[in-house]
Amino acid sequence: MQPLRKTVGSVRPEKAEASALEVSGLTVRFGARTILDGINFDVRDGEFLCIVGSSGSGKTTLLRVLAGLARPAEGKVQFAGAEISGPSRDRAIIFQDYSKALLPWRTVRGNVALSLEARNVPASEQDAIVDELLGIIGLSRAKEQFPSQLSGGMQQRVQIARCLAQDPKLLLMDEPFGALDAMTRQSLQDEILQLVADKKIATVFITHDLEEAIYLGDRVIVLGGSPAGIMETMEIDLPRPRNQLTTREDGRFLAYRHRLFELLVQEHPPQAFEGKGQQ
Amino acid sequence: MRKPLLGAIIPVSFLGLWEVSSRAGLLTLESLSRPSDIIEAGYAGLRDGSLLLATLQTCETALLGLALAAVIGIAVGTILGLAPTAERIAGPTIEALRPIPAIAFMPLALMMFGFGVGLEASIVAYACVWPILIVTISAVRAIEGRLLEVAAVLELPVWKRMTKVVLPAAFARINVGLRVAAAISLVVAVTIEIVLNPRGLGYHLVLAQQSLQIGLMWAQLVWLCLLGFVLNLLLSRLGGGSGLMWRPL
Repeated sequence: MQPLRKTVGSVRPEKAEASALEVSGLTVRFGARTILDGINFDVRDGEFLCIVGSSGSGKTTLLRVLAGLARPAEGKVQFAGAEISGPSRDRAIIFQDYSKALLPWRTVRGNVALSLEARNVPASEQDAIVDELLGIIGLSRAKEQFPSQLSGGMQQRVQIARCLAQDPKLLLMDEPFGALDAMTRQSLQDEILQLVADKKIATVFITHDLEEAIYLGDRVIVLGGSPAGIMETMEIDLPRPRNQLTTREDGRFLAYRHRLFELLVQEHPPQAFEGKGQQ
Repeated sequence: MRKPLLGAIIPVSFLGLWEVSSRAGLLTLESLSRPSDIIEAGYAGLRDGSLLLATLQTCETALLGLALAAVIGIAVGTILGLAPTAERIAGPTIEALRPIPAIAFMPLALMMFGFGVGLEASIVAYACVWPILIVTISAVRAIEGRLLEVAAVLELPVWKRMTKVVLPAAFARINVGLRVAAAISLVVAVTIEIVLNPRGLGYHLVLAQQSLQIGLMWAQLVWLCLLGFVLNLLLSRLGGGSGLMWRPL
């Protein structure tokens, strides 16, 4: 093992640390079909947890349950000590289809302000908060533009800003960078790491991109099987801050990738999984 | 400015031909006045205020009925659009009530309201509520589900959810229903005035015809035509002609 470099931002939490979110015995059904079966895991305070699995493995369903947008058939999901009964501002969700999740008739500023309006922040204070968030996420110059005038990466930034404006304690991200080009994806990966580290928000990040999961996560959970269950939970022992070059060239990074790839190839027929996780 | 000029060729030459052939004695139909007489009668009507008063009366009731229909249609349509179960319950009733010709309610409305604004506005509202209701239901149902989920995650209370998300998202489509209803409102208002209600442009139209003031009758007809044109223009401006009005709120 290499000596652990000094880590900045999200320090890897110890096992003993409190859980932000606890999932126990979670089973989800759509009609007669069981999608998720007996899922148990927790998200520790300030942790960045990634969930991977091939498409159709129930990743998105799991995230929707955590957001309160879907109901479990069995099992419990507890957040901050209370069972989840529906959507809440405390749990922000960033959807993959950013263009559908933004209000097309509102400017960037108006979209971010929606969260503040929901929180009943006085109108006189909204501008300053919006300006600060847009500054952080690099959208200051696009403030008065409409979503349709922005690139995909910028639209996703707007959605991230709106989610931060709702002041969440948990950030749920559903393949947020899946539709973006490689360069945009990399810079957003680094930005989101910085953001959640600064604000100490626990994050559940769903992706089918194995490298992305290893690069971002403190832990990676592999979903697989039908109905889906947890195949493996992998602690990612890589120094923070992560770096697009050195982290990805780290021997441990490659070992994790190897292990994850094998797991998913073994789970799924090769043609269904070709190329995933290596780009 | 070329196109309006080109477009004027047909009506202008038509009017010219009409005037000339009428003066030359080629047109002897009693029901046809001359363009010059029509303009004269219309001008007189405008000057003594009778035409404007009648216009005001017609517009008043048409707009009152339209506004009633809009409030009811948008409110009920939004509820039915958001709640499929409610729509299934109310659907058959709507389909049963909708085809009844609004005009058929005239005797009933006369008994309820007597002559006047109430009689006319209530029937206009009945006629106008259906297109607005049906368009609103489909407009609300067509709202991107993600937006409703965003509203849910933000825990927006019902009223804010409506005013900040649902109605702006559905507005462009609802506006189409409003325009259709606006045209209907004028038709129904004038019809009621012609048949029953002694006020407004429809009533004056019949009055002119019965007193054989053919020029005045024609002038009112032309006036009505202008009125409908302006009404439609106003509504399309209001909603953005493209049907996509996405401006900052």
